Amino acid sequence: MKNIFKLALCAGVASLVSTAAMAAGMTVGFSQIGSESGWRAAETSVTKQEAEKRGITLKFADAQQKQENQIKAIRGFIAQGVDAILVAPVVATGWEEVLGEAKEANIPVVLLDRGVEASQDLYLTSVASDQVKEGHVAGDWLVKTVGDKPCKVVELQGTVGSTPAINRKKGFEEAIAGHSNITIARSQTGDFTRAKGKEVMEGFLKAENGGKDICAMYAHNDDMAVGGIQAIKDAGLKPGKDILVVSIDAVPDIFAAMAAGEANATVELTPNMAGPAFDALEAFKKDGKQPEKFIITESKLFTPADNPQGEYEARKGLGY
Amino acid sequence: MNARYRPLMATTLIFIVAYALCVSQYPGMWSTRVLGNFLTDNAFLGVAAVGATFVIISGGIDLSVGAVIGLTGVVTAILITRLGLHPLVVFPLVLALAALFGAAMGAVIHFLRVPPFIVTLAGMFLARGLASVLTQDSIPIDHPFYRTVSSLYFKLPGGGRLSAIGLTMLAVFLLFGLIAHRTRFGSYVYAIGGNPVSAALMGVPTGRTTVAIYALSSFLGGLSGIIYSLYTSAGYPLAAVGIELDSIAAVVIGGTLLTGGYGFIFGTLIGVMLQGLVQTFIVFDGTLSSWWTKIAIGFLLFMFILLQNLVFNRQNGPAHLRKGPA
Repeated sequence: MKNIFKLALCAGVASLVSTAAMAAGMTVGFSQIGSESGWRAAETSVTKQEAEKRGITLKFADAQQKQENQIKAIRGFIAQGVDAILVAPVVATGWEEVLGEAKEANIPVVLLDRGVEASQDLYLTSVASDQVKEGHVAGDWLVKTVGDKPCKVVELQGTVGSTPAINRKKGFEEAIAGHSNITIARSQTGDFTRAKGKEVMEGFLKAENGGKDICAMYAHNDDMAVGGIQAIKDAGLKPGKDILVVSIDAVPDIFAAMAAGEANATVELTPNMAGPAFDALEAFKKDGKQPEKFIITESKLFTPADNPQGEYEARKGLGY
Repeated sequence: MNARYRPLMATTLIFIVAYALCVSQYPGMWSTRVLGNFLTDNAFLGVAAVGATFVIISGGIDLSVGAVIGLTGVVTAILITRLGLHPLVVFPLVLALAALFGAAMGAVIHFLRVPPFIVTLAGMFLARGLASVLTQDSIPIDHPFYRTVSSLYFKLPGGGRLSAIGLTMLAVFLLFGLIAHRTRFGSYVYAIGGNPVSAALMGVPTGRTTVAIYALSSFLGGLSGIIYSLYTSAGYPLAAVGIELDSIAAVVIGGTLLTGGYGFIFGTLIGVMLQGLVQTFIVFDGTLSSWWTKIAIGFLLFMFILLQNLVFNRQNGPAHLRKGPA
């Protein structure tokens, strides 16, 4: 009896081991910048989830915002002989050497979310969002929503001179060009923060007849939008009804606002950069298929019709 | 065994045991690639830590070295990329500037009797601030000379690379080890660290030596900045933030007394390698948070402070050991 039990145990362990061995496909090293923003923390959690889903062993290294740590981590991955490396580079320069070493060791590298100033043959592909398109999608939504009615828009810009602020402004302006009923009445920076967004929106409301002349608020990110919503409420108006609210990023809090009827639309900057990266890597490993050099993630529009409460629940655990 | 060498032995032994443990868990860590990476990836830290060793042996502290690395890198990048100067012209220039910066701090410390902690803290703010005023972005250096040097390496059997910057670090350890342990200047440094008053009474030129020590530390900070710029082919104002603390940790783990008068340059090399080992282990593991590096280093530091206490109290007080190098 005892022996039979032992035998069964052995068989059980053996079957466990074999399924584990089957599931353990690739080993991928991921050098992440750090966890400076909620979005980046979410990117890390989603990457881990995606790896687990596909049976990929993920080696994760947080660089604490330091390039030297990233280079060390990549060298460590190469020394370990991983099957592929994902990097979200902290700065654009100084990658030739270490990426050259990876290439020499035949380890494909995929850049996530940011680019590098290095020869394109040093990496397999890069996965990033198109920030101009994000602004464009937000603008398109407003054009469709207001129709022919005149609409004065106030804009909460991101940090002055930052690439996302420039690009999201550009995309939005492209989308409303040719619709003379929609005009940007005021535009000022809210530094991508909630507090600054609220402050700037308070100023806009005072300047525009207590907010009665404003038809919509466009914020370059959700955090500023949430601050702006607060300012609108403080001024005695209804955000989402008296003033339309459209922003970019799709963080959990904007879905909470949407569920409460206080926000109208957000464009997602997906934290799932790893999904497309793993797809490209799997295809490349399987039959050597070269992916496109620049994989652009989808800029998906979310409105109250897209189950904001559910989206909130799904996202709130990701670390935003 | 000479008791003076005990802390050094302890550090070396811990490194060997820790490495063996790492290899037993991840056999891949025993490869020329990893060994080569130890040298290349820690070159800038090692060079800066040599300077810190001198400063700490003299009983002082230098908090400005990380900022000097950032500033040197930025100035180097600007001179090469924007003004089109040749790196071989730029290097002596920035090294001289760095040394001058350190000499000024040393002069303030000695002649105005301001604690080195405050003076070098001010130096750190000055250098980091200046670097960030010069540029906010990372300035790429795309000079043929840089490409040649940064891709210069000996191929080791097994795919490892012994890079030019790794070798530079070893050369710095060798040269400054000799300076510390075999020259008159070196014995002055130990003497000041042991007891500045009696050193002065014995005729040690304390002023000149203090200025020289901080000039040396900033000079090596400058060299480390050049190495960093070679390492990343760029100058970045926020480069090497906090390196001054990592180098102090390396010095203490390497067996040097924070109170001054006692220590070895070679110990610092082991201290640097030990930090590299912890980082590499965490990368190999791939599931631990990288912040465990800090916890491990903190633990090691604490252990060495305890160990030093034990060793030095068992002898008849530190004075016996503070005779300086043989």
